[in-house]
Amino acid sequence: MKKIIIGMLVLLMLFTVVGAAAAQSGKYALVVKSAGNPFMEKVREGFENAISEVGGEAIYKAPAEPTVEAQIIMIEQLITQRVDAIAISANDPEALRPALQKAMSRGIKVLSLDSSVNPNSRMVHVNQADPEQIGRVQIQGIAEMIGGEGQIAVLSATSQATNQNLWIDWMKKELEKPEYDNIELVKVAYGDDLRDKSVSETEALLKSYPDLKGIIAPTTVGIAAAGKVLTDRDLVGEVYLTGLGLPSEMAEYIKNGVSPWMYLWNPIDLGYLAGYAAEGLVAEEITGEAGESFTAGDLGEKEVIKAGEGTEIMLGAPFRFDADNIDQWKEVY
Amino acid sequence: MENKLEKGLTFNRKIKAEKEFNLKDFFLQWEWLLLLIFIAIHIMNSQLSPYYLNTYTLLDATMTFLDKAFIALSMTFVIIFGDIDISVGSTVALSSVIMAVLYNAGLSMPLAIIVCLLVGITAGFINGILIVKFKELSAVIVTLSTMILYRGIAYIILEDQAAGGFPMWFNFLGWGYIKNLIPVILIAFSVAAVIFYLLLHKTTFGRKIYAIGNNDIASLFSGVKVDKIKLIVFTLNGFMAALAALFLTSKMGSTRPNIASGYELDVIAMVVLGGVSTSGGKGRMIGVLLSIFIIGYLRYGLGLVNVPSQVILIIIGALLIISVLVSNLLYGNKSE
Repeated sequence: MKKIIIGMLVLLMLFTVVGAAAAQSGKYALVVKSAGNPFMEKVREGFENAISEVGGEAIYKAPAEPTVEAQIIMIEQLITQRVDAIAISANDPEALRPALQKAMSRGIKVLSLDSSVNPNSRMVHVNQADPEQIGRVQIQGIAEMIGGEGQIAVLSATSQATNQNLWIDWMKKELEKPEYDNIELVKVAYGDDLRDKSVSETEALLKSYPDLKGIIAPTTVGIAAAGKVLTDRDLVGEVYLTGLGLPSEMAEYIKNGVSPWMYLWNPIDLGYLAGYAAEGLVAEEITGEAGESFTAGDLGEKEVIKAGEGTEIMLGAPFRFDADNIDQWKEVY
Repeated sequence: MENKLEKGLTFNRKIKAEKEFNLKDFFLQWEWLLLLIFIAIHIMNSQLSPYYLNTYTLLDATMTFLDKAFIALSMTFVIIFGDIDISVGSTVALSSVIMAVLYNAGLSMPLAIIVCLLVGITAGFINGILIVKFKELSAVIVTLSTMILYRGIAYIILEDQAAGGFPMWFNFLGWGYIKNLIPVILIAFSVAAVIFYLLLHKTTFGRKIYAIGNNDIASLFSGVKVDKIKLIVFTLNGFMAALAALFLTSKMGSTRPNIASGYELDVIAMVVLGGVSTSGGKGRMIGVLLSIFIIGYLRYGLGLVNVPSQVILIIIGALLIISVLVSNLLYGNKSE
């Protein structure tokens, strides 16, 4: 009998934890792809900042495994908790539709960020990449590095990559401005996002254009490969490199001067914008229709624009990583 | 050695025809302890979250865990044999993927659903045949191989794509309510649970399952068709996996080859917590049913107060270890 009593006591002890009562202010949930993703931890930081600025309660949900099944269960739990808004980075664009539509039918505002869900499962998507800004800013960067004159080349991913091609179009439009008259875009090379092909394309560029002053690589694989080639050939200060890269991969080349700075989106700002967009939806300042606008805290005025079947809010200019901040970010992603 | 054997034989002869009813033994059953845990969890959850204790939440919550619970019903049979089937997660994925691909290729939805169930039956039947025909291979090894095989086929069919676009009425399985209150899946599961309860406890088929689990050689010599019953049970397990696939696919509205990964372990955890011994011959359907709802509500309740999912995993793991320990403490020294 003693054993039984001990056994039952042990079991009951497990369940005597009592949690604090939840606050009654607006509740804003962020559901990410999976736990332990450093990029998403930064998104969370920005989201929580925004929500605390508007005086709400932020709820963070990260499934242990990056599956849609887990995300569906989390959405159901959030519906039960009667949150005001759900911002989600989806593990699957389509499979969350029934769950998110149920949430919307219960009056919960739904938006996606980073990785979108289909337009019929959301009210608006927060997009980290405004193609126009991404294209233009890279030309501005390389122009500054090479002193406004000389030959430049682009090292892209594949020739069919839609986002890279869109960015390169914007680069060409930026180059039409009179201030870039002395800059000549000699070639767009395609490294196919393969490390070895990107390396050999970079070497071919250096060989074919001995006067080349700068390379723009709007792809994380390409920029890292080009950084390696320029470092190995000791071309620091002769050929400059910029583009879109992962801080963890690019820290070495930013510090040795091959790439004085490069760009990528800032996850904290992404989360921050999503937080304010969620607040805007809850306050019914916006409804997710194209043409509406709202104030996103420190990021200023943001507009809802049409994108494909649905609507989006663009984060804007990409974040600049240079020697001053790269040490802080290389640990992040 | 010989002496021991003789002693064992004489001991085995002292079998009583009717077990006496003993009040103390009755209340010391594992199922009562589970009921206690079940109640404790509801008390805890309702203290944690103000949204927990109402009819809507309690009924809605069942939608989040009942899909895999279908498999737990048939897995109980498998584990009572002392066997195991770890291919069920892959069977779910394979049957779901084939159903979606055939539907998108122009097959009508009711036919696609039938094919889905047939795929599950076939997958289970293959497991069964391999286990019955190659006795030197354990069920773990056979189902480990088919787990990889079935998942592999699903990947070959769909690669890394998703397939969906099912008709609206198909959503009803995973998301529908009867009278706007009771989830369809709960009703379907209740029907299945009653059938499996009757099958295990009220039919000779169920008796034979216990007999095989206790001693398959003795059962064979007593005229039980061990191979046939094993084959039926493994096939049934595949069928239940396909049934789970229907509800899961409906819930997701589309499918991909990596769905239901890890389901086998969740299902086995439900069965083991339910008091079904992995060494075979022991366990009852009531315990498994209670444990399905214990794990499901525990997860849901902790999720409601936004406990991080890794912490939830730790709590469930701890619950499993402690309950196995307690059950050994309570019942382990009984099998002298």
